[in-house]
Amino acid sequence: MSSPDTYAGTAAEPRRKGWQFTRWHGVWGVALFAFVMFWLYGKPVARWAFSMPRDMQIPFKRWISTFMKWLVDEASFGLFTFTELTRFIAAVIEFPYKVALSFLSTGFLKGQGSDAVQILPPVSWIAVIAIFAMIGYFAGGRRLAVLVGACFGFLALFGQWNNAMVTLASILIAVPLGIAGGLMLGIAGYRWKWFALFLKPLLDLMQTVPVFAYLVPILFLFGFGPTAAVVATIIYALPPMTRISMLALRGVPDEVHDLGRMLGCTGRQMTWRVLVPSAMQGLMVGVNQVIMLALNMVIIASMIGAGGLGYEVLTALRRLDIGRGVEAGLAIVALAIALDRLSQALATRSRAHHQEGSATGSFVQRNPYTVASGLLVVVTGLIGLAVPAVQTYPEALQLSTGTFWSEVVKWININFFDELEAVKNALLLNVMIPFKRFLLGLPWLGVTLLLGLLGYALAGWRLGLMVVVLAFLIAVTGQWNKAMVTVYLCGISVVLACLFGVPIAILTAERARLWKWVEAVIDTLQTLPSFVYLMPAVMLFRVGDFTATIAVVAYAIAPAIRYTAHGLRQVDPQLVEAGTAAGCTPWQLLTKIKLKLALPEIMLGLNQTIMLALSMLVITALVGTRDLGQEVYIALTKADTGRGIVAGLSVAFIAIIADRLISAGADRMRARLGLKR
Amino acid sequence: MATNSPKLECRSVWKLFGSGAAEALQEGGGKLDDAALEQQQLIGAVRDVNLEVLEGEIFVIMGLSGSGKSTLVRCMSRLIEPTAGEILFNGENLLTASAARMIEIRRHQMGMVFQHFALLPHLTVLGNVAFPLEIQGVDRSTREERATKMIELVGLEGREEFFPNELSGGQQQRVGIARSLSVEPEIWFLDEPFSALDPLIRREMQDEFIRLQNVLKKTIVFITHDFDEAIRLADRVAIMKDGKVVQTGTPEELVLNPADDYVAEFTLNVTKAKVVRVRTIMKRLPEKAPKGGYGGTVLAGDTVAEVAPLVENSKKTLRVLDEQGEIVGCLSRDDVVTIMMQA
Ligand SMILES: Nc1ncnc2c1ncn2[C@@H]1O[C@H](COP(=O)(O)OP(=O)(O)OP(=O)(O)O)[C@@H](O)[C@H]1O
Ligand SMILES: [Mg+2]
Repeated sequence: MSSPDTYAGTAAEPRRKGWQFTRWHGVWGVALFAFVMFWLYGKPVARWAFSMPRDMQIPFKRWISTFMKWLVDEASFGLFTFTELTRFIAAVIEFPYKVALSFLSTGFLKGQGSDAVQILPPVSWIAVIAIFAMIGYFAGGRRLAVLVGACFGFLALFGQWNNAMVTLASILIAVPLGIAGGLMLGIAGYRWKWFALFLKPLLDLMQTVPVFAYLVPILFLFGFGPTAAVVATIIYALPPMTRISMLALRGVPDEVHDLGRMLGCTGRQMTWRVLVPSAMQGLMVGVNQVIMLALNMVIIASMIGAGGLGYEVLTALRRLDIGRGVEAGLAIVALAIALDRLSQALATRSRAHHQEGSATGSFVQRNPYTVASGLLVVVTGLIGLAVPAVQTYPEALQLSTGTFWSEVVKWININFFDELEAVKNALLLNVMIPFKRFLLGLPWLGVTLLLGLLGYALAGWRLGLMVVVLAFLIAVTGQWNKAMVTVYLCGISVVLACLFGVPIAILTAERARLWKWVEAVIDTLQTLPSFVYLMPAVMLFRVGDFTATIAVVAYAIAPAIRYTAHGLRQVDPQLVEAGTAAGCTPWQLLTKIKLKLALPEIMLGLNQTIMLALSMLVITALVGTRDLGQEVYIALTKADTGRGIVAGLSVAFIAIIADRLISAGADRMRARLGLKR
Repeated sequence: MATNSPKLECRSVWKLFGSGAAEALQEGGGKLDDAALEQQQLIGAVRDVNLEVLEGEIFVIMGLSGSGKSTLVRCMSRLIEPTAGEILFNGENLLTASAARMIEIRRHQMGMVFQHFALLPHLTVLGNVAFPLEIQGVDRSTREERATKMIELVGLEGREEFFPNELSGGQQQRVGIARSLSVEPEIWFLDEPFSALDPLIRREMQDEFIRLQNVLKKTIVFITHDFDEAIRLADRVAIMKDGKVVQTGTPEELVLNPADDYVAEFTLNVTKAKVVRVRTIMKRLPEKAPKGGYGGTVLAGDTVAEVAPLVENSKKTLRVLDEQGEIVGCLSRDDVVTIMMQA
């Protein structure tokens, strides 16, 4: 009886037993059958369950708009009105913004409008480049200095200097305010438990509401212009800083706390002298995030008057002026890379005694960088009065690639038009449109209940109830059809992102050198503002759903690659060895062991991919999608707050439903595989 | 050694973790046994601890991981609030002191050294050592002068401008020690100060610590989970187990009369000669001086290991002097050898 068959038999037995007909199978069978029946034959009976009739919709849009109107016209806090408050905030932001803008772009002016006379020129381009290169040298040595210098030089060379400086001025104002605000909220959340409890859902929501949706009420309250854009940027950058501040402060070792108390620190000393400095490493990660998010938002906020590089891209998109758009897009990339590397280097810079200016010595010895910067500004400013080329980068030396890019596009369209069109049409006709029709035909009631059942099965009645309520809210505000278009675009994009991303990860994850390259590329991709992705897609496929999908895939593919690779790399090598010893082929090793164990991690990647796809999708409204994003975009152009907020929240709800369901699924899977988080 | 007035006293100190701890303890009439704790789902981190730390002594609290040492020492400085009991510092009950008074006491009278150093990463060595004074608002030149002295005391001169991440573990802990001394505390808490260091450095730091204490003569509460370290440094040791103090005494008393098997287990591998003092094994001075006279004099407080070389050289009995220089007894060679033979 010791033939191999016996072994196989015993191994297979529990498996056969394991697949029993459980209660859940029955429930799902019945539910799906009921759903299909209802979908096929229910329409004549219950039309309202397929599309929400107007008189059953709850007029949230109107309520919100009325509320906003009331805020602006009547609301008062006793001493001052709401409008006075917003004016005050605007003034607080406007003044430093004007100063920063004068320094970097316009120079200091006297008088208004076209009669204005420049009394002081802006800081010369040479000084700006040199100062940033110097910060690079201070933070990360010669290599970083060269990189940063090159990035800024790129801006001058390609004639994007002035636009870039306008964008930079907004960032210079928004970033410190965002950091300070986020840190304050983070400290408050750290100190008072109840405040953290109150913050958490708010932060979750703020991070899932699409960026456009922020713009609508801000446009309404602050009007069109750079101030509104800076306000939007600050609000957008606050949540991650708050979150990271709380995390970093919680990460301060207990001993350091005890130290502070043993030294008899007062509350304020404890916070500012002990905790915040100790948490600095973690906080700097937040600073990097704030800078990158601010850049992303400042670009998008060109829609409400931020100007600068974003405005260039926006006008180029509207006019389909590819050459100009690509140039501005590349300038954004250069700026993003410079700012990202700078702030990362500042964050990880380790302290060493010889690097710090010595405490003794003259002022110059103590502050070499500050003094050099000051000198540069003054000297180049003075020379610039005589030699204009020192003050402003001479136009004669600028390169314009605009025509080049336009030619490239023309060339592609002449030579590959048929091929590109064939791909586009094949995908549109065979996959995208049928899928869209299918989703639009489903009854909202059935989908809502089915999702609820899924939530219940994965994590109990709380999740089930939450999913049902959120989905119901989307339907009851009359957003269901647009939401389905969003789901369709998002779904297709995510599937495509995974179809490309997962194999890339599988092929590169275990080849260390190759993976380093891939990682560098996706790191850079992730620092780029979302706007940039639209340009190449439009270049190749003009406008429409397909173009949007391509842009979304490009934007959202990074986490699909990253998480899959991470999951594969963390598979316990002993298990792989065991598999090899048992005689698995490489294919079996991959599918039976590695991918299986990496699955929870891959699901997290999927989750992230969906989140990014949704946030990008809203921006693709610019290339003519017809989903919730378009709804927000229209609301933005009409300054219709109610409409914008309702549509924005609907996107957030979709994101939350997907996030919670997938996380619950990943948790269950992890539990079943016996893995820990 | 000890001038014998208690500096810090713990009276029936309890610390229970879990909800409703105080009520449960009150209901139990100020006592809760293992069964009651388990039933109420409370963790008895410190249970009914009574001890006195005398002025100028090194008082070591020793116990295995999780026995409640850290909790106890943090109760002593009121970093955590004990569930019940009294902590008397210079006769003042800390548990009834106001917040302002506690800040005052901690600023000027207490110093603490931490297991993982707890150095502030953004400050230099000088900045770290001067930090307690900075918190008190001492002006820059005074505090840097004092800090420089402390840095010299722990042997780190020349590294004032270094940052913590540029120092080795042993050097970091020297900074921690210098910092805790910069306010010239009356009582000095050290919570496993050398546990994070590797054995060679640990040994070196212990020597350094003994040298410092010879200069400073502080009242010290020293936590360790290493019995050898306890024996080496302590004037007196309290042994903790499951939150209770099972025995308090000099290293010698622990080794010669362990209170139970738990303590005996620790003392098993201790070289007796290094712990037992001449005072313990000396005989009363005989009426008549022995034939051939005495081989020399030793101090009553010396350990047997310290006097062993004298015995090796001569077979004669030794005379024993107390601290005042009076002859109090004699020490026979055989007794010394007996102890030396017990590994
Ligand atoms: N904040 C807390 N909440 C709940 N239980 C705690 C808390 N702090 C400590 N304990 C428990 O109290 C007991 C004593 O812990 P303590 O840290 O005092 O031990 P220790 O003797 O210092 O150990 P170690 O040598 O590991 O530092 C342990 O069982 C621990 O789990
Ligand atoms: Mg401890």
